[in-house]
Amino acid sequence: MTISSTDFDFVRNYVKSKSAITLEAGKEYLVETRLSSIIVSEGLKDISDLVIKMKERADSPLHARVLDAMTTNETFFFRDITPFEVLKKEVIPDLLSRRSPNGPLNIWCAASSSGQEPYTISMVIADNFPSLKTPGCLTFIASDISQQMLAKAKSGLYTQLEVNRGLPAALLVKHFTKVGLDWQIKDEIKRMVDYRMINLSTTFPSLPQMDIIFIRNVLIYFEVEVKKKILEQIRKVMKPDAYLFLGGSETTFNLDDNFERCDLNKTVAYRLKKPK
Amino acid sequence: MSLHAIIIDDARSVRMILKKMMVELGFTVEEAEDGKKALEILVQNGPADVALVDWNMPVMNGFEFIQEVRKQSIYDEMKIMMVTTESELVRMIAALEAGANEYVMKPFTKDIIVEKLTIMGLINNENASAAH
Repeated sequence: MTISSTDFDFVRNYVKSKSAITLEAGKEYLVETRLSSIIVSEGLKDISDLVIKMKERADSPLHARVLDAMTTNETFFFRDITPFEVLKKEVIPDLLSRRSPNGPLNIWCAASSSGQEPYTISMVIADNFPSLKTPGCLTFIASDISQQMLAKAKSGLYTQLEVNRGLPAALLVKHFTKVGLDWQIKDEIKRMVDYRMINLSTTFPSLPQMDIIFIRNVLIYFEVEVKKKILEQIRKVMKPDAYLFLGGSETTFNLDDNFERCDLNKTVAYRLKKPK
Repeated sequence: MSLHAIIIDDARSVRMILKKMMVELGFTVEEAEDGKKALEILVQNGPADVALVDWNMPVMNGFEFIQEVRKQSIYDEMKIMMVTTESELVRMIAALEAGANEYVMKPFTKDIIVEKLTIMGLINNENASAAH
């Protein structure tokens, strides 16, 4: 299946208008791969057929599926490991020492996709800071632009392949039950997370001031001006001593001078510069 | 000095796939077709850094292998990762209680193996990226 330049432009313009995510020239293969299953399930011949159908009606369920397919990215439990070790050993202990052993802490995991990252954080908290599970001690918001991904995350149901990836076996047996061929995360972990639809490229909804923000491996998909706008909005929902975690190839450098890099045992967090 | 792995599986094709992955990650690799043969190799060559062990094998299965190995303190530092089609929770719990450090349910991908080796502290993110 090959995509014509006209159809590629249509898809990338649509994705950009809805999510601000940029699909540069050369990403034709990505569009072809990501949309192939929609073409099959809709009984269409090719991408050209799909584009014709999208043009027939604005904002149809098909549009939503295309947007989901183009904005969903790889995720797995304990991705990169070190941010979660640092969270356990340094970041949460530091924040609790400034507040009280029971918090309260506010955490936001943005672009949370199918939920592996927020549930990783939930497991770290449940196993190491159980007092934060007390009602009122933790507000933990996870967000994504895709309703389909939010539904999957809320279900807490994962395939064998998904739980094989990155999740220590000891945590699998502790926090999941097997349901048929799939694995269900237990309610006590699931109910720690409040899922919301947030489009990072638009004005953020009202959010509490955060102690910890994870927004990893998503800024790379935006143009510089959008990255700046997102970081500016993130800054406004960070408490003065909050920690911001970005993906390994992402930085605030040259985008927002109000952040400073904080090296933490093989990983990096960003914090707000103190006012002079 | 490279890390040393022993791959224990009665299916030659699985041993070949795992060996290729481990060699690409910088391990030196030995192979055994059952637990008994693996114990003989370990006695002869000394403990490996990691053993990748199938569950169902003739002569001595993977679970019996773990039980034998964990009786001997010389293997305390050796990590054991089960790589098996057994996917029931009770099996997984039994393997972990017997002394397995990690558990992979077949089918597996290289990413899965890499992530589990990283969890066990045998490789780091840089090794993993370099091997891709």
